[in-house]
Amino acid sequence: MSQYVYYPGCSMDASARAYADSLEAISGPLELQLIEIDDWNCCGATEYMGISPTRAYTLVSRNLALAEAQKNGSRTLVAACSACFMNLAKTENYLREDKTLAAKVNAALEAGGLHYTPGSIDVRHLLEIIFDDIGIAAVHDHVTRPLAGLRVAPYLGCLVTRPDLDRRWRSREHPQAFDRLLRTLGAQVVDFPPRTDCCGGHMTQISPATGFELIRRLVDAADKAGADMLVTTCPMCQMNVDAYQAEMNHYFKTSYHMPILFFTQLIGLAFGIPAQKLGIGTEIVSSRAALAKIGIEIPVVEAQQPVGAGAAGPPRRPRAKQTGLPMPAMPGESGEAPR
Amino acid sequence: MPSAAPAHATPHDVAFQDEVRAVIPRMSRLEMCVQCGTCGGSCPSAADMDHTPRMVFAMVRAGQRQEVLRSNTPWMCVSCYFCAVRCPQEVHIPDVMYGLKAMATREGLVPDSVAPDFSKTFVDNIHRYGRSYEVGLIARHYLRHYLTRLPGMAPMGIGMVAKGRMGFRPPKAIKGRDDLRKILARAEELEAGS
Repeated sequence: MSQYVYYPGCSMDASARAYADSLEAISGPLELQLIEIDDWNCCGATEYMGISPTRAYTLVSRNLALAEAQKNGSRTLVAACSACFMNLAKTENYLREDKTLAAKVNAALEAGGLHYTPGSIDVRHLLEIIFDDIGIAAVHDHVTRPLAGLRVAPYLGCLVTRPDLDRRWRSREHPQAFDRLLRTLGAQVVDFPPRTDCCGGHMTQISPATGFELIRRLVDAADKAGADMLVTTCPMCQMNVDAYQAEMNHYFKTSYHMPILFFTQLIGLAFGIPAQKLGIGTEIVSSRAALAKIGIEIPVVEAQQPVGAGAAGPPRRPRAKQTGLPMPAMPGESGEAPR
Repeated sequence: MPSAAPAHATPHDVAFQDEVRAVIPRMSRLEMCVQCGTCGGSCPSAADMDHTPRMVFAMVRAGQRQEVLRSNTPWMCVSCYFCAVRCPQEVHIPDVMYGLKAMATREGLVPDSVAPDFSKTFVDNIHRYGRSYEVGLIARHYLRHYLTRLPGMAPMGIGMVAKGRMGFRPPKAIKGRDDLRKILARAEELEAGS
């Protein structure tokens, strides 16, 4: 049984509950023991940095200090949320590399009776633990219900492989390990070039037109590749693609239906764990039809489905520059929003 | 922080650049920018920016304080780090954007209030609970800035609540909340003193 210190992050208890539930369900078979940091605080997401960088690093460092004090045999701190992982890993790297910053952060932590020794904690994403410690072969050993016939688009998002200051990934833009993991589960991985592109992050909240366009690119690429669903590692990505897909469809007058699940939910299904233990059915864009295709019936967690959008709809601000600096267009994509 | 100004820049020019560099706790390498434009070409939200990151760095170097701090560019940064990993000069571009946001907020020079309000509400919740509070954040933000979006959002909101993904009760404050506040207050003092 491998034991790790664990940082869940705020969304695991709320919008990404399915991620938490499915992780818990697969932890047994994977012999993964995650010990939560006692009294951890929010990592600040991408918001605190824009108010005050120094305070933001201090906020993250409180978690590192608590993890150091609670090591219980493991110096590895595991985060499942990509944004939390990035903040923890980046802060740890900066404290190691910059003695002035470390001194300042520790002077602040002292006000709460805490201290962090840079380098004492190794921050890793859950995926890295699965690849490097548990191993894809061990995952394969537990597959009792291969997901044969399920076409998935591997959507890693930004913050697992970038900035990757400690250079643990072979490619920070086109990593392949996630595909191998999904293939091990028996799923068919479609060609999905925007695998590490942005979901829009907080743009759905501060500049909806920008956010919707980034969501559209992902959903459209998955749709064109014939994927049944996107599979992700990140609560923010899941939330944007899932919860804002109806509003995005309304904005562009499109009718995409592209479910997005967490990779831990697919691991659970392949391990033969019942769907209701994996939080399947709690997504807004239902994965029911996609899973029925491979003979998996999902329980009814019925709620009102978003049917179109309300009378007023979202603010319709046109993109400032239709031709300005897009990401490379997908084959067959004009680069312009469909009307 | 030692100054490594380009030889051709006049003292007036680099004063603002030095100021920006000083706001960023970790060495940003901002002064190393060679104006290649890889950042803007890699940026998923560049199309909605007033100026591309490359142009902002040129404006910083030229001392265009007002224009830079009033630009929406840092606020449109999605923190995807594409620019950061592609920059041939290894400028820590997202860190520069965070620093510019902090400066603009402090001086009240933000382009509009939507993004700064979102950050502020998020951070206020951290100070209040030690954790983020999705429903409180979204509710406050939409009531203030996106009233017209609410009817279209209602089905999604109902779905999130019905599926147990959103609760109306705020999170229970962490045990160490008061200590956390002391820590952040101390960090603020240290920041002001730097």
